[in-house]
Amino acid sequence: MEKWLGWHKIRYESELDKDFPNQIASIPGGDKLFNCIQCGTCSGMCPLSPYMDYTPRQLIAMIRAGFKGDVLSSYTTWLCASCYSCTVECPKEIKLTDIMYAAKRLAIREGVYPKRFPIPVLANEFFKSVENRGRSTESWLLVNLFLKTNPLKALKQIGLGWRLWRSGRLSAKRESVRRRGELQSVLKTLEKEYMVKPKEELVSAGEEDA
Amino acid sequence: MSSYLYYPGCSLKSTGRPYEESMLSVFRALNLNIIELDDWNCCGATAYMSVSELKAFALCARNFALAESQSDKLGNADLVVPCAACYLGLNKAKRYLDEYPDIREKIDTALAAANLSYNNHVRIRHPLDVLCNDLKEEVLTDKVIRPLEGLKVACYYGCQIVRPYADFDDQHNPVVMDKIMHLLGAEVVDWAMKTRCCGGSLTGTVQEVGQRLSYAILKDAVRRGCDVIATACPLCQFNLECYQKQMQRRYGDGPNIPVAYFTQLMGVAFGIPNQQLGLHRSFVPFSYSPQPKEVAGG
Repeated sequence: MEKWLGWHKIRYESELDKDFPNQIASIPGGDKLFNCIQCGTCSGMCPLSPYMDYTPRQLIAMIRAGFKGDVLSSYTTWLCASCYSCTVECPKEIKLTDIMYAAKRLAIREGVYPKRFPIPVLANEFFKSVENRGRSTESWLLVNLFLKTNPLKALKQIGLGWRLWRSGRLSAKRESVRRRGELQSVLKTLEKEYMVKPKEELVSAGEEDA
Repeated sequence: MSSYLYYPGCSLKSTGRPYEESMLSVFRALNLNIIELDDWNCCGATAYMSVSELKAFALCARNFALAESQSDKLGNADLVVPCAACYLGLNKAKRYLDEYPDIREKIDTALAAANLSYNNHVRIRHPLDVLCNDLKEEVLTDKVIRPLEGLKVACYYGCQIVRPYADFDDQHNPVVMDKIMHLLGAEVVDWAMKTRCCGGSLTGTVQEVGQRLSYAILKDAVRRGCDVIATACPLCQFNLECYQKQMQRRYGDGPNIPVAYFTQLMGVAFGIPNQQLGLHRSFVPFSYSPQPKEVAGG
């Protein structure tokens, strides 16, 4: 009964976060968000919209209305493959892909992304590796990803891994920049001077599930 | 002799090794000097951008600073970036640094802490752009000793070379790769999937969804009777080639079609041995061997 009445989707004004649209619109060029005419070109162009819980057009409407919780915990933003089809076709020049990124960043910062969903886990693992070593190593990244999401699934990938290894396209050697100190001081200066301290779970987000 | 700096990115050192091998061989064959950027770091890709935008820009900015300091001897600071994700990542960062003074100020402060500086000189170039637009047509055709006659090629550009910025080609119907293939003597197939998304990293993370996108592209190429798909991005190439076996299991009629880098096809036409083009690393063997060109009057 609950389902067909659809009342789990109803949000009353008091539940909305009025500041949320401004938070998202604060990215460079982000205020174009308010020009959306709800034409649906983005959803029509998006190769992934059939798989999303909210289409890009719906997501924009929800952001503008202040549906913060629903937007940040949705799968939509994480399914975005950054193909930029929506961005280049939007008649109002809304940078939808960048808005997806902004929502992803907020979701990670507030710890409300779908927890065992592989995509945010991959983003976090990638981030950690690059933050520490300046480069990512594909083999380590994939092993970590499968261990932290679904180890059983990793078994299915063994054949692929073996073939990559044999053809010399996968190496276990961990890549790194030589001058790690130099890179660290660039990133640390940014953090110290300009960045909001994220919640503790940001960088270790994958670990709580492991 | 023109000189270029080369930014490999993480993929060209592992799954995309054949791209690196073939691109460097082709540049050498064309007498173009190409030097790897020393101590380059990751471009940030799409994943880093999902966690921190400012840091993603800073990563790119360090590469720009390195490129500028290493380009003194070369005379220009053209950074050749073969991976489409790196190409967009660096291109986007450069545009934001050039257009938004508040971002620039923050990044400059961070760079200064490591005695680095970025002075707007660097240019981000894709090898498709360099090989098609920096060279005269004759330079390419003169090198072709084994024309790809009778080979039906589908040129696949993927997303991030033409979107959101289309700096060197048409956004909806890019043609540079088609032009190069045509000069090599191949038959270029007209198709609608040129810039359709291959699924990106979704092929590994949410396979049911990601592989469906790659599958649609492969099916269309097969339906049009193509012998090979030419790509210009390591992730596109990986998605289209390496998951074909899994697609066979998943969809029952997995396509079986070679997926090569456009630089590998150039190398074949230039008569460079397969080993130097990384063709021995292919999962779906590309077994076409063209006949040597008949020399007029010879």
